Amino acid sequence: MADALNLVDDARPERRARAWELLDTLEREAPFPGAARVGLTGAPGAGKSTLLDALVRALRERGESVGVVAVDPSSRRTGGALLGDRIRMRSRAADAGVFFRSMAARERLGGLADATRASVLVLAAVFDRVFIETVGVGQSESDVSALADTLVYVAQPGAGDMLQFMKAGVLELPDVFAVNKADLGRPAQQTAAELRAGLGLGEPAAGGWEPPVLCVCAREGGGVAELVAALDAHRRHLEASGELRERRRRGAEAWALEALARRYGSHGLDALGGRAAVARRLHEHGLPSAFAALRELGAEIENALRGA
Amino acid sequence: MSQSARERPWVFRTYSGHTSARASNALYRSNLAKGQTGLSVAFDLPTQTGYDADHPLARGEVGKVGVPVGHVDDMAALFADIPLAKMNTSMTINATAAWLLALYVAVAERQGADPRELQGTTQNDIVKEYLSRGTYVFPPEPSMRLTSDVVAYTVEAMPRWNPINVCSYHLQEAGATPAQETAYALATALAVLDAVRAREDVPAEAIPRVAGRISFFLNAGIRFVDEVCKVRAMAELWDRLLRERYGVEDALARRFRYGVQVNSLGLTEAQPENNVIRIALEALGVTLSRKARCRALQLPAWNEALGLPRPWDQQWSLRIQQILAYETDLLEHDDIFDGSKVVEARTRELLDESAAELQRVLDMGGAVAAVENAYMKQRLVESHSARLRAIESGELKVVGVNCYTESEPSPLLEGSRSILRVDESAERAQIERLRAFRARRNADEVAAALRALRDAAAGGANVMPASIRAAHAGVTTGEWAGVLRDLFGEYRAPTGVVERAAAPAPPATAAARERVHALAARLGRPLKILVGKPGLDGHSNGAEQIAVKARDVGMEVVYEGIRLTPAEIVQSAADEGVHVIGLSILSGSHGVLVLDVLEELRKRGLEDVPVVVGGIIPDEDAARLRAAGVKRVYTPKDFDLARIMGEIADVVAESAAAA
Repeated sequence: MADALNLVDDARPERRARAWELLDTLEREAPFPGAARVGLTGAPGAGKSTLLDALVRALRERGESVGVVAVDPSSRRTGGALLGDRIRMRSRAADAGVFFRSMAARERLGGLADATRASVLVLAAVFDRVFIETVGVGQSESDVSALADTLVYVAQPGAGDMLQFMKAGVLELPDVFAVNKADLGRPAQQTAAELRAGLGLGEPAAGGWEPPVLCVCAREGGGVAELVAALDAHRRHLEASGELRERRRRGAEAWALEALARRYGSHGLDALGGRAAVARRLHEHGLPSAFAALRELGAEIENALRGA
Repeated sequence: MSQSARERPWVFRTYSGHTSARASNALYRSNLAKGQTGLSVAFDLPTQTGYDADHPLARGEVGKVGVPVGHVDDMAALFADIPLAKMNTSMTINATAAWLLALYVAVAERQGADPRELQGTTQNDIVKEYLSRGTYVFPPEPSMRLTSDVVAYTVEAMPRWNPINVCSYHLQEAGATPAQETAYALATALAVLDAVRAREDVPAEAIPRVAGRISFFLNAGIRFVDEVCKVRAMAELWDRLLRERYGVEDALARRFRYGVQVNSLGLTEAQPENNVIRIALEALGVTLSRKARCRALQLPAWNEALGLPRPWDQQWSLRIQQILAYETDLLEHDDIFDGSKVVEARTRELLDESAAELQRVLDMGGAVAAVENAYMKQRLVESHSARLRAIESGELKVVGVNCYTESEPSPLLEGSRSILRVDESAERAQIERLRAFRARRNADEVAAALRALRDAAAGGANVMPASIRAAHAGVTTGEWAGVLRDLFGEYRAPTGVVERAAAPAPPATAAARERVHALAARLGRPLKILVGKPGLDGHSNGAEQIAVKARDVGMEVVYEGIRLTPAEIVQSAADEGVHVIGLSILSGSHGVLVLDVLEELRKRGLEDVPVVVGGIIPDEDAARLRAAGVKRVYTPKDFDLARIMGEIADVVAESAAAA
């Protein structure tokens, strides 16, 4: 597992070809729906790592194997990163049914490095469930949303009023809200109530899923069973409504588009007719092979730019 | 000019213990014969963290940094021929303080002494464990409960005992400024008082008595003028807090009572003979001012940065105290700083700064909240980083380290004889004694005592009576802690190593960063390093600084924290795909644990992952580690973190080329 993850993270040309082979195979051959992919995001200090630890314990108890990719921001100034989420999971060091990989976000401020998507695919090939944990800064919500089937937002009690949540667009994407530190009592319940009210104000989500707002106490395990139930419920909803396939396809397209934009800039996208045109091409390409699409369209752009 | 009567000197202690109860007992009796007037017991890490000597995590740690006490017979051996009724004993014990106190009482009872007469101290300060020392076990809430159990118990049953020494010592060792030291220590004291006040079994009238039993354990650094002012400020602030927050009217109960160990962080490995001067000067900070004078003084030995001191080294430090007390005129005068414009102005300044920082912590909900949200820890990591940067840049001068480094060869350093070496067979011997003890005790009494302990702990009763019973019944340290672990759980404290803007880089750091980035291109991804501490040593300051610096030069750092087994370290290294492993050990267990890590790497076919080690490691041990395959060994004299980072990059480059 570690070797595969090292491989897909390797930028050297001689390794890239092998990595692509692996990823193409995984994307094509992976059974559908395969592993459940759950994103966990939220502000620093909300207790995501501790909650993740509690979730993993609960899932292990019912026999599920779990892979985790934990992404921490990279320092823009130094390029380094402090990857400190693993430390919360140490009680499961000897358990072969849990795999934890720490990653740095690299150039994406708050978002996910390209290698994250690849890592999730690798883990999804082996484990029953894969978590992607990130800090809620900048792009990470939309990035994780493109990668996860279910997005969980972990909030702190008293983390500012509803207006802040709405302004940040935080309410649009998550499928489940978990207000942590429920042991604080009133402040947690208040934040939960505010979230529910705020969600009620927005448009109902297409497809009819109403994101539940749960109170949990990661440290003591309170509310974790309910959270797992909510994850299960969302998965069933996605499968029953046919939305899971759609969602993964959209996510793959969005990721490929962003990757092309990052790599070649608007100039590069213009070479193929502009952003909207590229998005259409990706749509027509008929993913799930996002990595293949990325390579093909990337090669086209490079040719076009050379020719120009 | 009127003079008060010549003051009696403070209590002379020397922090000591090692190998076995019997060996430590001999050392104590010898030190007492040399004029030491109180005992200060150092326990080994398994005892401090509640593990029996044969527990896997105890491997390599038994008897290293202190005496192993596994049960009441060990405790009795430790104090053989030392009448506890007449002795003043300070025990540096925190997470398991209730247990060691119970053992002490049990031994006193065996000696025929009345517990009401016992004098001494249990350190019992869990907050600073979370912040810097690392020998915590349980989460903050149950830990505070155990702390207040000890306080509530002793106030009635052992009125001459100091149930707690609120520590600022370790905060300074972790890099705290004088204001931080003052603020966080006082915040801890308030947290304890609040916890005791909230108890149902402590009536309101007892609070002044409880306040009067709270004592402190301070640090005295080389900037001794500031230190004098700091202590005067602390005393004034404590007096004010007790009056205003708790309504303590008795002025005697509001006295600021404290013991001290002088600063060890600033003692150098290079030209260690200079440390004697440092130690003597640091002692001045806490003895010069009569109204802020310490009650007890512990001086580290000159070779503290090299390893465990020998009896001669401890004697030398004891003599410093005796010369200060008996040959100078220090004790004959009233306070020599009263009326000093300089001292009074600086004292006021420090008091205001400390009070403001204390208020910040109180506004967050107090010391426990400021532990859980990592606020205090982050401030300490910050201050420590600033200090290291200042040493690296030369702004903060340390003689012999970053200036005046040329030296004659020292006659005091003679290879392996310059420190005490704990015999590796000591661990085996202790385990054998433990097994023999288990075999001869009464199993039914033990089981009953453990049940009673569990009931008391779960039911909210004071655990002391049940613990004393358990001590007499022959319960072991691991069993006592095991009951509480089951009930309360184990805690992982925040590391304080957070994402924040890297400080502007001095040229050396920028240069190291270039090398790291260039290497990343060759490796195909950024250099990934795992930093962790195997074994029970909880002093994470060094590891944290390394982790932060590694980030600052562009590495991706998996910071694994403390209390790891070699197997866990290697598993993490494998899963994370790290290019290099960095281990930090200060407890002397490196000989065993580092080799275990290398062995584990070999077993899993990962021998091409290089390992570097940092800590308190004597030269010949370092040579042995390198011969075994460790690529680099770093000790306190290697203060240039940028250089270390460059070398780590080199090590990775070498391994990559060889692969």
